[in-house]
Amino acid sequence: MSTTSAYQRPVPTMEGMTAEFYDFCARGELRFQQCGNCGTWRHVPRLMCADCGSWEWEWARSSGRGRLFTWTVVHRPMHPAFAEQLPYAPAMIELEEGVRMISWVIDCPPEELVRGMPVAVVFERVDDSLTLPKFRRA
Amino acid sequence: MSPQSQEICIVGIGQTPFTRGVPDATLPLRVELQAAEAAIRDAGLRNADIDAILPFYGLSIAEEFAVNLGVRDLAYQATSHVGGAGPGASLANAANALRGGLAKYCLVTGGWYGFSGKRVRQIVVQDPKTMSGGMNARDYYFPHGLTAPVQWFSMMARLHMMEFGTRAEQLGAVAVAQRKHAALNPNALLRDKPLDLQTYLDAPIIADPYRLYDCSLEADGGCAFVVTTRERARDLPGKPVTLLGIAQGQPFPADDIVTRRDVFHLGVTDAAPRAFGMAGIRPADVDFAEIYDPFTFQVIQQLEEMGFCRRGEGGDFVSGGRIEPGGDLPVNTHGGLLSEAHILGMNHYVEAVRQLRGDAGARQVRGARIGVVTGFGDFGDGCVAILGA
Repeated sequence: MSTTSAYQRPVPTMEGMTAEFYDFCARGELRFQQCGNCGTWRHVPRLMCADCGSWEWEWARSSGRGRLFTWTVVHRPMHPAFAEQLPYAPAMIELEEGVRMISWVIDCPPEELVRGMPVAVVFERVDDSLTLPKFRRA
Repeated sequence: MSPQSQEICIVGIGQTPFTRGVPDATLPLRVELQAAEAAIRDAGLRNADIDAILPFYGLSIAEEFAVNLGVRDLAYQATSHVGGAGPGASLANAANALRGGLAKYCLVTGGWYGFSGKRVRQIVVQDPKTMSGGMNARDYYFPHGLTAPVQWFSMMARLHMMEFGTRAEQLGAVAVAQRKHAALNPNALLRDKPLDLQTYLDAPIIADPYRLYDCSLEADGGCAFVVTTRERARDLPGKPVTLLGIAQGQPFPADDIVTRRDVFHLGVTDAAPRAFGMAGIRPADVDFAEIYDPFTFQVIQQLEEMGFCRRGEGGDFVSGGRIEPGGDLPVNTHGGLLSEAHILGMNHYVEAVRQLRGDAGARQVRGARIGVVTGFGDFGDGCVAILGA
């Protein structure tokens, strides 16, 4: 994908369902796939429902509320674009709808993270083509 | 043909020296071929006897081996896209090919310049297709700075610590035990670097809870082994090692480590009962285990998931010397990926064969009759092989 900014961090490949996921984020909406047959929520995007086999689905809007499931605290960067961020804590968030995703709790220093703490989504605009879903303490 | 003559045996093992630094890291095929040659010689075969080649995914391909080794009649080739579970998957493939009459002598290979060439942290970001699930990582993990295996696997270690009370000292017990094994292994890169628990705890944090010595040792080198039937093994000079059971498994979903309903369920969780059932043994019958060890917690987790202890008890299980030299269940008797070298888990097979031949020198497990070798790839693909003397 092309960006006009000097943003050096890895960006998603904006194609297909992934582009749709991030385009919703750019509009301030966190949406995941929900099966049109059995209603199961899923993430990352899939063509079929692994529970019932249905091809029917829609982008259903998440409440954006969830809890901190687990995390790591990166002290040594494995990617140079995150070196100035150290230490930072990529986190696994479990949304109310049952799906989990990787993000950050941006308003919480790593040492204050607690298992199960309630969080809520916020959207961090990177540039015209990318907005990332992040979380704040709720 | 009798069932016994159709048993599958490893009849040759080979390796290069393991290093951290090579003069020319542009052609990993060099170490792959050197290891292959050594394994073929060890089996008492000529290069042209090989008629099946099963290379590690993402490295050199079967044709490249064949053209160099002079294998003019390549009857079978296969590679499974399961990362570090690949050597075991290749052994299973070889067994099927041999029993089905598709091949006579199978060469399983793996080697890389994992230190001097591209490092894993670069490979996964620059070429995500090398890892199953890599595109999910690219699109949904990397943008949030979760860019390397040490980071996502440390998340799982943290979860286990929160859920079951597993402690840093218990992760450290794995690192310390494996370093003790390495001290007895002339091939181990860290043979002369003893590690005690305090040094482990004082080491820099990489991705909390993982410290430096929780991490495997990226290295340069290759390993290979040759597989055939019991019937053909009788005509070869060495002592064959028998494949008693082998099975694979996958976590679900295999390509995303985040959304699993049971986050601790690995490929080996499903593979182990199948492999033990095939071999007709229980974990308690095992004399030693070579557990694929990208990081310390993944050793604890695989021991639990294979049934050596219950889930949550792995931290206690690895403590108190049980997995050290002379312990009840020596684990990674060569030092493993942590302290011998990260040779893709191929070195676990080479070591298991040495132990079962009784050729392991100072680190020989006394009376070793049955060994388990695991593979662990990508986001938890698994393979469990049970080998017998």
